[in-house]
Amino acid sequence: MSARDNILKRLRERTDGPLTAPQSDFAVVSGRGWSQQERLARFERWITSVHGEVIHTSRDDWTRALAGLLEAKDIRRLALGREHPVAAEARAALAEGDVVLIDADRDIETWRHEQFHDTDAGLTSTRGAIAETGSLWLWPTPDEPRLLSLVPPIHIAVLDADTIEDTFFDVVEAHGWAGGMPTNALLISGPSKTADIEQTLAYGVHGPRELVVLLRHAEERP
Amino acid sequence: MSASEVQTFTPREFHRQAHDALGNPQIRANFRKAMDGLMAKRRDVFSDWDLETLRELGANIRLRALAKLPDLLERLEANCQANGIQVHWAENGDEACRIIREICQRHGAKAVIKGKSMVSEEMHLNAHLEEAGIEALESDLGEYLVQLNEQTPSHIIMPAIHLNTDEISEIMHTRTGTERTRDVDYMTAAARAQLRERFMAADVGISGVNFAVAETGTLCLVENEGNGRMTTAVPPVHIAVTGIEKVVEHLRDVPPLYALLTRSATGQHVTTYFNMISSPRKPGEHDGPNEVHLVLVDSGRSNIYQDDELLDTLRCIRCGACMNHCPVYTRVGGHTYGTTYPGPIGSILMPHMMGLEATKDLPTASSLCGACGEVCPVKIPIPDLLVRLRREAVGEGRGNVPGAGVKRTKKEVAAWKGFQWLATHPGVWRSSTAIAGKLQALMPSKLGPWTEYRTAPKPAKVSLHALVKQHKAKRHQAGKSDEDGGKRS
Repeated sequence: MSARDNILKRLRERTDGPLTAPQSDFAVVSGRGWSQQERLARFERWITSVHGEVIHTSRDDWTRALAGLLEAKDIRRLALGREHPVAAEARAALAEGDVVLIDADRDIETWRHEQFHDTDAGLTSTRGAIAETGSLWLWPTPDEPRLLSLVPPIHIAVLDADTIEDTFFDVVEAHGWAGGMPTNALLISGPSKTADIEQTLAYGVHGPRELVVLLRHAEERP
Repeated sequence: MSASEVQTFTPREFHRQAHDALGNPQIRANFRKAMDGLMAKRRDVFSDWDLETLRELGANIRLRALAKLPDLLERLEANCQANGIQVHWAENGDEACRIIREICQRHGAKAVIKGKSMVSEEMHLNAHLEEAGIEALESDLGEYLVQLNEQTPSHIIMPAIHLNTDEISEIMHTRTGTERTRDVDYMTAAARAQLRERFMAADVGISGVNFAVAETGTLCLVENEGNGRMTTAVPPVHIAVTGIEKVVEHLRDVPPLYALLTRSATGQHVTTYFNMISSPRKPGEHDGPNEVHLVLVDSGRSNIYQDDELLDTLRCIRCGACMNHCPVYTRVGGHTYGTTYPGPIGSILMPHMMGLEATKDLPTASSLCGACGEVCPVKIPIPDLLVRLRREAVGEGRGNVPGAGVKRTKKEVAAWKGFQWLATHPGVWRSSTAIAGKLQALMPSKLGPWTEYRTAPKPAKVSLHALVKQHKAKRHQAGKSDEDGGKRS
């Protein structure tokens, strides 16, 4: 018999007999009932508590905020997608400037060295966020592959304020994750970090040193 | 410890190793400081939660998964395969090592990069691969430092917790040529640069799994550094290795366990990354591995599964909170246990993996204060299980643990039998305590390990029983005279 059959046989022919599965009540991880304002406040508080940076902007004006950010952080080479509206709008807005736009929708084998060594930042869209933990959620696509949010030293993520939900459980349920998972689904809560040297927190160990969230509001904020 | 000293540890030498660790002020200070910080952080991060209800749910999710374990493993396998993930089964660590080595060899792999995986530590995978001429490099910073220092992890979440900044600086200086410094950012940046090159060059990435979701065939990895994402996305082949108990039924079971795990482990409200992998690179996608393998390892777990009480051991989500709160672990450190999993969880798990003969001292490495059971996010009754294993070790259990009865000695059995007889025969008991009181001076002052730190007990000149009897007799006498007096008045 194979290892598989042996293991399953031992589990099925359990000495103390079959077990009864209890029912689960998930109320404790759902039903927060926060207002949009509370959600925003919590999201911002948590993500900034782990060194995430939040820049408030508007749907119409966000590329100006992006351009300002690129200049402030001296980002000269930006990797981004092409098809997602976030990437398309960014490309249009940055077409005339000095920033070199690097196509992320290429097989990694053709530009690995460039991605690891010659890319200052990666720009991605997000599907939404979680207020309770200050987490972004991303489902990478061929247009915005999974390493785009990991390898460049700065990750710029574009988030719409109205896509922030209360809890991780709420997101999994509301968006029917169980019905079809992508190749890779990610929660990202801040830049990469470690405390492996005597509990001293250090940012930017393997992934990005900085995470900047461009938080887009539907209306111009006063 | 300096970079040059390499020490090996074994559970057979627990007492000697504990003695050494207790006499090492550096180890004592490093662990004390770290554990105090972790306990405080955990307390704070749960402060606005209904923790009991959340723990109840966590325990309940794990119990449900175990109740359906064989079915869920089959479902996990079917869904992974449907997604393009290749699934392998291994009865023990050797078999798992062989499976992993063969996958590496099929791809002509020379260099493997690893994300943190305790199961791979359990099976000594690195040594196995190196014997086959395949270099296995740890990429979690703590694991990397421990590997540079030719050690094993001393904590399941924070592998290098036994080292302080100066020691780490010395290790990095000696092994990688960095400057001697106390600047943690400098050392972190140096390790980043060293490891990034290795990620790019690696032929295979090997990771562990925190939760494997049967419903969707999804592998979940929890981490802060990004090395887990690198390991699972940069090399052309990804091999995930995990114990068969890590499966959960539904995707919705994951958020509560994740909430419990990060808060219990390091007092974080969330980790930087939660990485969910459901397939290899699909046609049209531009990165990620072309092959993903899942290796399911038994290694004694299906044996633990047989017994209703021992089963609770398998609920564990490997947060390490039991270690952080254990007064014994905090004082002796992780290496003293000489096992892959140290601390309370190690003491109830390792006897099943290594047998009680090698690990007989571990279940007694506890004061049974109960802290481990109280903080366990999935409510494993660890103290009860420690007691159960103590009973198994002396042959008073059900014999369901390998090596059961190893501590049973004729002398001890006879002594307890004798005591039982004595204590149930009041006449003999009284006369023997009276004799013991008279022969007080003959009582030995050295009673093995007991008197190493304590004075030997001395039987009282007059036993409590005799004292009570005397007291009653006096009262009786006095009562009689009172009665007489009353009559007179």
